[in-house]
Amino acid sequence: MNSSSNKSVRELIQQNRQQKFSMKNVMERFMPIVLFLCAFVSVVTTIGIILTLVLETRHFFEVVSIKEFFGSTNWYPLNSQPEYGIWPLVVGTLEITVIAMLVAVPIGLTSAIYLSEYASERARRVLKPILEVLAGVPTIVFGFFALTFVTPLLVKLIPGLAIYNALSPGIVVGIMIIPMIASISEDAMSSVPKKIRDGALALGSTRLEVALKVVVPAALSGIIASIVLGMSRAIGETMIVTIAGGSNPTALVNPLEPVQTMTAYIVQVALGDAGFGTIEYYSIYAVGTLLFVFTLLMNLLANWITRRFREEY
Amino acid sequence: MDTKLTTKPAKEGVKTMNQPVAARQSVYRVNDLNLWYGDDHALKDVNLDIKQNEVTAIIGPSGCGKSTFIKTLNRMVELVPIVRTNGVIEYHGRNIFDKDYEVEELRTSVGMVFQQPNPFPKSIYDNIAYGPRVHGVKNKKILDEIVERSLRGAAIWDEVKDRLNENAYGLSGGQQQRLCIARCLAIEPDVILMDEPTSALDPISTLKVEELVQELKKDYSIIIVTHNMQQAARVSDKTAFFLNGEVVEFDQTDRIFSNPSDKRTEDYISGRFG
Ligand SMILES: Nc1ncnc2c1ncn2[C@@H]1O[C@H](COP(=O)(O)OP(=O)(O)O)[C@@H](O)[C@H]1O
Ligand SMILES: [Mg+2]
Repeated sequence: MNSSSNKSVRELIQQNRQQKFSMKNVMERFMPIVLFLCAFVSVVTTIGIILTLVLETRHFFEVVSIKEFFGSTNWYPLNSQPEYGIWPLVVGTLEITVIAMLVAVPIGLTSAIYLSEYASERARRVLKPILEVLAGVPTIVFGFFALTFVTPLLVKLIPGLAIYNALSPGIVVGIMIIPMIASISEDAMSSVPKKIRDGALALGSTRLEVALKVVVPAALSGIIASIVLGMSRAIGETMIVTIAGGSNPTALVNPLEPVQTMTAYIVQVALGDAGFGTIEYYSIYAVGTLLFVFTLLMNLLANWITRRFREEY
Repeated sequence: MDTKLTTKPAKEGVKTMNQPVAARQSVYRVNDLNLWYGDDHALKDVNLDIKQNEVTAIIGPSGCGKSTFIKTLNRMVELVPIVRTNGVIEYHGRNIFDKDYEVEELRTSVGMVFQQPNPFPKSIYDNIAYGPRVHGVKNKKILDEIVERSLRGAAIWDEVKDRLNENAYGLSGGQQQRLCIARCLAIEPDVILMDEPTSALDPISTLKVEELVQELKKDYSIIIVTHNMQQAARVSDKTAFFLNGEVVEFDQTDRIFSNPSDKRTEDYISGRFG
């Protein structure tokens, strides 16, 4: 028997507290600093990105007027008389986004309702990981899938469809987003308490009525947030549209024709040989800034919706 | 009846007494009901006859099968996948386990109030209108009437009439529970099942719900689970004492509490176990 084992627990605790420079104290002192520095890295990066975007964009607008940028419907950066009207790229981006959402929202929400309200525990255990695998597929693979599988299929169905078109990458971007919408919506629906479902069932509602009239409205904030986040991804999606969408900036809305999105334009210029300091070089920063503003707004909106419409149970 | 600690006005008590008990119709006739959760035998040969316009209390220690039994009456118990049942429950003469008996139909005429208030995360109005809407009532004027009548019926109209469009979760627990009762009344059921409806409530809210039960039995048959024996004595006409999944004794409430015929009932109500 050594002497310390005869001490009461209270004495042991007292004794440990008096060791000022124990490992525990050192950790307590320094961990917050380490944690702060790690968080700081991402904050600094974000500030750096914003600064770069703004500074380089300023160079662009020293040459091209804001009026032309937002007013013109022609985007001809390679002409000898270049024109920089952003609308064709915005239209191309929105076209892709709308097609993607038309695919992703119905399928994503239906999957979420199935998983949360109908699937057995076993089915859920199999299906959720598959959904997550789909979310992990690199977008370049989706791009090839669009160009080599979906486009040929669509060409058979729609005669006269251009090889590069908005429809095929739009659909595939939608497929890419399905897991995101399904999984966030499913989380929102699953967190509606069972007692609320029981209340509805006890009133003689069918399972479908419970799902559509009680669970979906109760989970609405999460569902809308998932849709907005999905849109934000569609707007920012690059590889799929670069590979399968063509490079034809046009302000005319026709999903059967080639388009160019903001992201695809940036890729085109970045891979081309636009010299540093040329107006073409600076134009990608202007487009990039606008893209950044778009997705930022979407994310803020999603945040606001989840907070504003947080359900209380 | 006179010995009952009742909170309702004497006038109605007289009315109830005038009605000969034997003439009352059966709502439920439970015959040799057995129920298993997997291998766990939770209800054993339950036989009960539940009469119209009476309050039937189910008492017994925790885990004896009270909730299981009451949830069997509207087949909510079947939501537990491992449940197996055996036996007959006749609701107005028809076996609720019949293959062609739709649970939705049964649950439309047998309402249920749960232990935890469970309003929908909707407005007070929409909570009440939910049931009628699901069953096809769309007319706004009729819905307005139903909402007012149901809220009055659950003695909560005066407290909420100015805030019908506010979320139900802004109400206190006791108000939420009466709202759930109102939600039940909105589809004009025939039976109301209540599973420990006051166990999550404060004493004043409890008293209000008990008064309400007395009021409601004029129009409804009520089956109420309670772990509170004073409550059973105050509100019920008949009492069933459950123990380990069996009905030990089922009789007039005043007889159960003054002169039980089974030793185990006496031990329970005198607080010797449970
Ligand atoms: N969902 C369930 N799954 C398995 N066993 C259950 C379930 N619900 C209740 N039981 C069992 O059935 C018995 C009766 O439970 P219950 O009806 O909830 O009792 P009470 O309401 O009287 O407290 C208990 O032994 C309990 O463990
Ligand atoms: Mg219980």
